[in-house]
Amino acid sequence: MISAPDVVAFTKEDEYEEEPYNEPSLPEEYSVPLFPFANQGANPWSKLSGAKFSRDFILISEFSEQVGPQPLLTIPNDTKVFGTFDLNYFSLRIMSVDYQASFVGHPPGSAYPKLNFVEDSKVVLGDSKEGAFAYVHHLTLYDLEARGFVRPFCMAYISADQHKIMQQFQELSAEFSKASECLKSGNRKAFAGELEKKLKDLDYTRTVLHTETEIQKKANDKGFYSSQAIEKANELASVEKSIIEHQDLLKQIRSYPHRKVKGSDLCPGEMEHTQGQADHASTTSNPDESADSDIYTCRPAYTPKLIKAKSTKCFDKKLKTLEELCDTEYFTQTLAQLGHIERMFRGDLCYLLTSQIDRTLLKQQHITNFLFEDFVDADDRMVEKQESVPSQLSQDRLPSRSLEECLIPKVLISVGSYKSSVESVLIKMDQELGDEEYKEVEVTESNSFDPQENLDYLDMDMKGSISSGESIEVLGTEKSTALLAKSDSQASLTVPLSPQVVRSKAVSHRTISEDSIEVLSTCPSEALIPDDFKASYPSAINEEESYADEGAIHFSASINPLELSEAQEGGLENTPPQIDSSCCIGKESNGQLVPLPIPAHTLSDEDGVVSIPPQRYRQKDQHFHVDFAVENTNPSQDNSCETFPAYELDPNHLLASRDVSKTSLDNYSDTSYVSSVASTSSDRTPSSAYPVSLSSERHKKRAGQNALRFIRQYPFAHPAIYSLLSGRTLVVLGEDETIVRKLVTALSIFVPNYGHYAKPVKHWVSSPLHIMDFQKWKLIGLQRVASPGSAGTLHALSRYSRYTSILDLDNKTLRCPLYRGTLVPRLADHRTQIKRGGTYYLHVQSMLTQLCSKAFLYTFCHHLHLPAHDRETEDVVASRQLSFLKLNLGLVNEDIRVVQYLAELLKLHYMHESPGTSNPMLRFDYVPSFLYKI
Amino acid sequence: MLRWLIGGGREPQGLAEKSPLQTIGEEQSRNPYTELLVLKAHHDIVRFLVQLDDYRFASAGDDGIVIIWNAQTGEKLVELSGHTQKITAIVTFPSLESCEEKNQLILTASADRTVIVWDGNAGRQVQRVSCFQSTVKCLTVLQRLEVWLSGGNDLCVWNQKLELLCKTSHISDTGISALAEIPNNCVAAAVGKELIIFRLVAPTEGSVEWDIIEVKRLLDHQDNILSLVNVNDVSFVTGSHVGELIIWDIPGWTVRAYERSFWDPAPQLDVQQEIRLCQKPNDVSIHHFTCDEENVFAAVGRGLYVYNLQMKRVIACQKTAHDSNVLHIARLPNRQLTSCSEDGSVRIWELREKQQLAAEPVPTGFFNMWGFGRMNKQATQPVKKHQENGTSCSLELIGDLIGHSSSVEMFLYFEDHGLVTCSADHLIILWKNGERESGLRSLKLFQKLEETGDLYRAA
Repeated sequence: MISAPDVVAFTKEDEYEEEPYNEPSLPEEYSVPLFPFANQGANPWSKLSGAKFSRDFILISEFSEQVGPQPLLTIPNDTKVFGTFDLNYFSLRIMSVDYQASFVGHPPGSAYPKLNFVEDSKVVLGDSKEGAFAYVHHLTLYDLEARGFVRPFCMAYISADQHKIMQQFQELSAEFSKASECLKSGNRKAFAGELEKKLKDLDYTRTVLHTETEIQKKANDKGFYSSQAIEKANELASVEKSIIEHQDLLKQIRSYPHRKVKGSDLCPGEMEHTQGQADHASTTSNPDESADSDIYTCRPAYTPKLIKAKSTKCFDKKLKTLEELCDTEYFTQTLAQLGHIERMFRGDLCYLLTSQIDRTLLKQQHITNFLFEDFVDADDRMVEKQESVPSQLSQDRLPSRSLEECLIPKVLISVGSYKSSVESVLIKMDQELGDEEYKEVEVTESNSFDPQENLDYLDMDMKGSISSGESIEVLGTEKSTALLAKSDSQASLTVPLSPQVVRSKAVSHRTISEDSIEVLSTCPSEALIPDDFKASYPSAINEEESYADEGAIHFSASINPLELSEAQEGGLENTPPQIDSSCCIGKESNGQLVPLPIPAHTLSDEDGVVSIPPQRYRQKDQHFHVDFAVENTNPSQDNSCETFPAYELDPNHLLASRDVSKTSLDNYSDTSYVSSVASTSSDRTPSSAYPVSLSSERHKKRAGQNALRFIRQYPFAHPAIYSLLSGRTLVVLGEDETIVRKLVTALSIFVPNYGHYAKPVKHWVSSPLHIMDFQKWKLIGLQRVASPGSAGTLHALSRYSRYTSILDLDNKTLRCPLYRGTLVPRLADHRTQIKRGGTYYLHVQSMLTQLCSKAFLYTFCHHLHLPAHDRETEDVVASRQLSFLKLNLGLVNEDIRVVQYLAELLKLHYMHESPGTSNPMLRFDYVPSFLYKI
Repeated sequence: MLRWLIGGGREPQGLAEKSPLQTIGEEQSRNPYTELLVLKAHHDIVRFLVQLDDYRFASAGDDGIVIIWNAQTGEKLVELSGHTQKITAIVTFPSLESCEEKNQLILTASADRTVIVWDGNAGRQVQRVSCFQSTVKCLTVLQRLEVWLSGGNDLCVWNQKLELLCKTSHISDTGISALAEIPNNCVAAAVGKELIIFRLVAPTEGSVEWDIIEVKRLLDHQDNILSLVNVNDVSFVTGSHVGELIIWDIPGWTVRAYERSFWDPAPQLDVQQEIRLCQKPNDVSIHHFTCDEENVFAAVGRGLYVYNLQMKRVIACQKTAHDSNVLHIARLPNRQLTSCSEDGSVRIWELREKQQLAAEPVPTGFFNMWGFGRMNKQATQPVKKHQENGTSCSLELIGDLIGHSSSVEMFLYFEDHGLVTCSADHLIILWKNGERESGLRSLKLFQKLEETGDLYRAA
């Protein structure tokens, strides 16, 4: 049975100008029910489109040389998550789409076995039968005992939502690359260790054999050698050869280009401090394995063993586990990274996208966003800043991010539409991605294809897939998409290939095949060969090219002559043993048909541009994890505490939001995830990178609701809010702690932050206030005690009355300066139609963002603050400021104060990027206060 | 719907409760200090503030530590600890290398009977003198002679290398309470009710030794002398516990002017004695002086008095300037006077001159003036003092600074950075002109933008 999601994606979006996130409207003839389970009366999010698993998970599989594809572990390691989903079967599927020919062995023309440093391949595939779509990341690890020294592995992100995989491809790719890089560097280390041991063994064996030969020689004075002696000599010779071979391998593995390694932030050597978190993650997922590996890692000085000649490859020998292959340290770190990926992409796609857009926009106003945005996000930005990112990269980051943001969603839909029909894979392993010119040439050549020809090939594909019963459709490769990113428009112009025709074929095709795996996108398996390596192993390069073009030869005649000749050579010389025949179906180097328009440089430069923004999520995430384990309190607070340990740490806040922390606990511990129809919120709310944001989300909603209530209940809400916005401390005085806390929390959404730490809000205090408190806090909940001891409290309050506005909850009075502006009435309209707390919160946020931009303009307008010439007096400047505020920014009366206060905060923040070091100053005005009553 | 009647809650419902005490209210348009920064580092009463240079000052107090601060940023620069008991006096002393660089030495005397010399720049202890028989209660530096004096039970003269040059014999068990440099290489030391003038003899061709000789003992004060300040080349002024203000002629050591009526609020001259008895002497004790060319400003009890040197009269006064004793006053530019008090507040006054018509009925007696002021019965109203030439002055409150929760011991005025106050609540507060600070921050902001190359000027 073919489920509709397969088809949905394969619709053409004709207009690129359309709204990027809109589902493209289907032509009539293809109007299939969008959501096949809708008639069951369930809501679309309740169960992910009939998949057998309850939510997304990560699967690590291996193509074992003994038992074939087998699943190794899942993240989260919880049977509830994947439910009845057949991991074995899916492992088979995902392992079977690995095209890369990572060959180690004796290539012809080379004396010694050779290692290829093979780039990972990244494939997106869909399995309609299982209702699963997966981003599959293939990688190869080295194992001295394995066949050909390689152990193919893959990590798959499995989701029921195809769009999610496609639209988050870039992020997934970047994140998984990091995990893979970590595994591989660990593996290289372990492999080198293995080789060293083996060399010691061999050396020892040689010595032993040598002694034996000598003894035999001495024993034999007859002048001829016995067969035994000859055998020994042969053995010795083979050992010698083996030594040379292994030495060579060791040299190769050590000469692995460090360019790759540097880019990876997961190298344990460089990031020792992350170990704690990694360990934590490992214990959650695989405690047994890590226990085993401890023995392995702390191995004592090695005692060489005698190696028997003709050491037989026995199939019953136990292959090394993944952990053994990669060194425990690296392995646990990889698991931590994978756990992070799982959390990062948890939730509904629209949620992911919205939060991504949100973050991008927030990042764009990085100067002002500290004022009112959640310090969680701001905090995040701090971590980002701390990273040792090359300056150039960090400069490039913003534009490139926004580019992705705009491009990906728009074109990904068309990815589906094209790809389903014209399965094209460009596999050219030898090509360096940075080689732009080469690509250009290729693209133009491929543009000249006869479309009809294309379709013919297509038909061929169909046949192939039908006959095989199980078809795998490769829909695109990352590399070819990279090409297209540059020549997208050009290509679509030159090739008048009707998408409709294509689509019909695709659909019909789909009905035939019983169960199909559609490979939607892959990235090229690109061999990475250092220059010196190329020189010493010229044949190796050839070898790869032959593999690369092998597939293409079968189906495409349109490869340029040069490639073709190369390919034919390769094909004649060597038939790749590992490539599944079905993999080769539908490979064409037809660039324009593979529109995954990711900017070329972002892909080729994976270490840099792409990987940076997600990296910080990881770090942050781990912070969160650690804190969580230790304190088990509100995560948002934890974050703030961590950054500013001494300052602003308000334990009361933690108390206030204990319920929030509980919910977040439920949502963030992997095991307690409950998949149910009712779990929609937990499915949606965890944003990609911010596990913390869930709690703050609830927090926001509640705060918004209470703020709304306050505005409706108190007619003097406006001056109270004005006090907060203009930086005058508002003291909420009351007897009942819960009421005061609730109101303080609600009003805290109007409090501007000093910087990237917790808001200057004190929820509950019972001791008399001090001048320091007004400097530190902008919103204080104060206990009113009936006892005479409280006289001091009230006395202090009246003494410092010029610094405060006092909201008396018991008497329902407010004492604060007059407000006559227009800003707050819009912000807090008691007749507002907004009903929901979350909506109101967003309303406030948007209003405040507007306010922030005004403050930004005011702060950063040069002529407003500096005299235009020497003779200009301060008064002139001041009047210019005032007229700007009034006329250009449209501020009335006290609104000016608000913008001025925000401007001061902006200045301070801009001057001291680390606000913890500088003291916040208390600004105040000498203005009369009035007493408001209900 | 009461809300609608009230008009959306935007209308003021009434004025805030007004303090019955003398207050200026919350509208202080002429008070420039709209920004404050609390500096917290001391653990006990902060009693002394001393300016080091244009942007630094040192604070010292009962916790025995000296802290050097940046007056601009409020940054704590150095903490100097060495005294085991409270600090009793602090002075700055430009060191020998002062011409090359601003290397300020700080001298502190403590109740642990030591004097420590600190290097303010390096933030270290230079030397320590611990041969004192008693607590050094006052220190003074004679810049011209490059010596400093310590006053305890005796008076010692030291040079910059901390060598004892000479000392007096044991003067008194109570010790010297105040010490001031007066012209002609003389110092005035207040010992109880007595005022002793010493002359310092610098080594000349005749003698290689320093010497200090007692010149004169002045016994005109009836109670302990609390304050002592040099006015100009020909006079200095002392104030006592019972409100006697005496201006002395320097060469002759004679009383030039004697004023002892501050404490007398009554219009009747004849009941002066009784009133004096029923009044707490503390209310009229003269705690501090400051002076300029024309006037001597005295902190008398809770009030402030301006005494004109030329007219030899009090030209303006504010009898209850504070709720409690005024501890320190200082003259600020623009004819402003600042006072701080035990009530924890700092007040800024302005001395205003008013031309009065001579035709106005002028009471004849000096003390009748007080009666005139009294009739207003408004503590906030400045008491006007009419003079023969028709000039009257008034001290008008233009602002108050409320921040400290305990008595404000001292303050320091920086031309560029505002006011620094220290208090018994262990805090130091930097009061700044908010507008100016805002402008400065803008300036810095654009400087930074320029440095980072982010500043684009419109063509």
